[in-house]
Amino acid sequence: MVKKLITQDTRMFLTGNEVIAYAANAAEAEFMYGYPITPQNEIMHTWCKLLPKTEAGFLQTEDEISAGFSTIGGILAGKRAFTATAGPGNVIMQDAQSMAEMMRIPFVCAVMQRGGPSTATVIYAQQETRLTCFGGNGEGFRIVYSTAGHQDLYDYMIKAFNTAWKYRFPTFMLADGYQGKMREPVTLYDPASRGIKMVPVEATLGGANGSRPVNHVRNTFNLEEELMEVLDKYQEEFDRISPEIEEYLEYKADDAEVLIIAHGIVARSAMTAVDELRAKGIKAGLFRPITLRPLAVKPLRAAVARAKQVLFTESANGQLAQMVLEKIYGLQTPYSTLFKMGVGVTGDDIVQKVESMVKEPATV
Amino acid sequence: MIEMLEKGPRLAKAQNAEVGASKFCPGCGHGMILKTLAQTIDELELNDKAVFGCDIGCSLLSWNYMNVDTVQTHHGRTTPVIYGVTRANPDLVGIAYMGDGGGLAIGSQHLVNAAVRSENLLIIVANNTNYGMTGGQMSPTTMPGQKTETTPYGRDCDVTGRPAKGAEMVASIADPEKSFVARASVSNLRKLKATFKKALKNVDMGGFSFVEVLSVCPLNWRTNNVQTWDRLKTMEEFFEVKDFVQREGLE
Repeated sequence: MVKKLITQDTRMFLTGNEVIAYAANAAEAEFMYGYPITPQNEIMHTWCKLLPKTEAGFLQTEDEISAGFSTIGGILAGKRAFTATAGPGNVIMQDAQSMAEMMRIPFVCAVMQRGGPSTATVIYAQQETRLTCFGGNGEGFRIVYSTAGHQDLYDYMIKAFNTAWKYRFPTFMLADGYQGKMREPVTLYDPASRGIKMVPVEATLGGANGSRPVNHVRNTFNLEEELMEVLDKYQEEFDRISPEIEEYLEYKADDAEVLIIAHGIVARSAMTAVDELRAKGIKAGLFRPITLRPLAVKPLRAAVARAKQVLFTESANGQLAQMVLEKIYGLQTPYSTLFKMGVGVTGDDIVQKVESMVKEPATV
Repeated sequence: MIEMLEKGPRLAKAQNAEVGASKFCPGCGHGMILKTLAQTIDELELNDKAVFGCDIGCSLLSWNYMNVDTVQTHHGRTTPVIYGVTRANPDLVGIAYMGDGGGLAIGSQHLVNAAVRSENLLIIVANNTNYGMTGGQMSPTTMPGQKTETTPYGRDCDVTGRPAKGAEMVASIADPEKSFVARASVSNLRKLKATFKKALKNVDMGGFSFVEVLSVCPLNWRTNNVQTWDRLKTMEEFFEVKDFVQREGLE
């Protein structure tokens, strides 16, 4: 059992990566497997620095492939284990993430997005949205939280462990290097003080000593129909639990004529833009999906249907927009886009774009 | 009148009695290796501690062969899954089972780094000098001149390099104070069991073990019994069968 560092509410001024390490400890995570890649390194730096106090475990592996697979090993051995990665590391970790999907392993991973394709830039982007939601040779049986700031990082990293262990779908906390490297005030707390009970963990491999039948965990199927039967069950379960998991945030979206749809840190820029636009008499509002998998489709469709225009804005070329557009099929609200591939979107960018939309309404 | 004896086959406790007939091809070496491994687990009484991981390729068919907790992993990834297990629970005896492709090609970075870090597990590489499950392509250990589907005119070492010698490579990087590194062969199962014994004892002592087992693939080799045996003997000349690294105090 690890020792928890935060026993009472503690206000701290931390980088996001530090917050994630503290959150994992607060969630009683026992082991981290990791491989260096910017901009997530300080998660493991902090985790390692805290080890004498937490009595948790850490292994620096030879690459992200092994970080992913050894995390799976740790989880199968019955530990609340996790990993973190970014960019090209996230690409090669899909190998392990796919296996976690297939075997319903409560895999937890913090993804701190950087620019792509390939090595690209090391600090910021929202270009791993599609990869994190639908990576691997599968169907996206994953739960993805997109955070917008340090309190989110703490809250959702804790939540990610419980979601993963409760529902047994791999769970991701999708953030970015701006959130990882930036310092913000944040309130760290003991989850128990908020009524959060950590879902108990159990070993799949080892430790049975005859108390249960031997486990044979499978990753290969002989027949196409055999596989489909398993995946149909996964899909049915994913659909059934989705309403329990879906989260979103609406900001002044009730009477919004221009509805901005953005996730992660771009949604924060959008909030400042909404206030500025409202001060100028333009009825703007925000819909921020917090879970990207599964998307909160009902409230999303309702918000889009109420608006006169929609603006998608992302630090990517419409990776979220693509996912949302599929879910709002049939609605007639026209939309515009403000996509900056691998570059931050400021409040000013959004204000200017919305003003131009008011002058010349979108027709698409 | 013939009296029928109610006598089942002699199975090790560590073998899954419900698995039925072997799923491997006739004459395959995997069954011999796994049976010997199961007997060794029994003899060392590691049944409750052993965790078995198998790779993709023919070795995947062993996913329910053993009567111990088993995980069927992904191609080349058995080593990190199993050291992930033993890092999390050092009381367990982890066994990562794979072929020459999984061990020495697609998973070679894991093998190298597990050896360097003296990860606490036994890695078994069943070396049959080809990729069996996918139809008999060249593997890192394909012998010079050997015909495979991707070397239909025989392996030309000028073009494809020399066969990889896994045990020698691991021996050169393994910590002699924590490791056991050996090559054995399915031609002598008694000796194989002795090798597995040392390997598993070492893992139980917290060490790193690597055993390459020279094996046979009559189906893809297109060999009959005599030719299969001869081929194995040729392999034993090329790949030296011996203990390469044995930590002090290990018997």
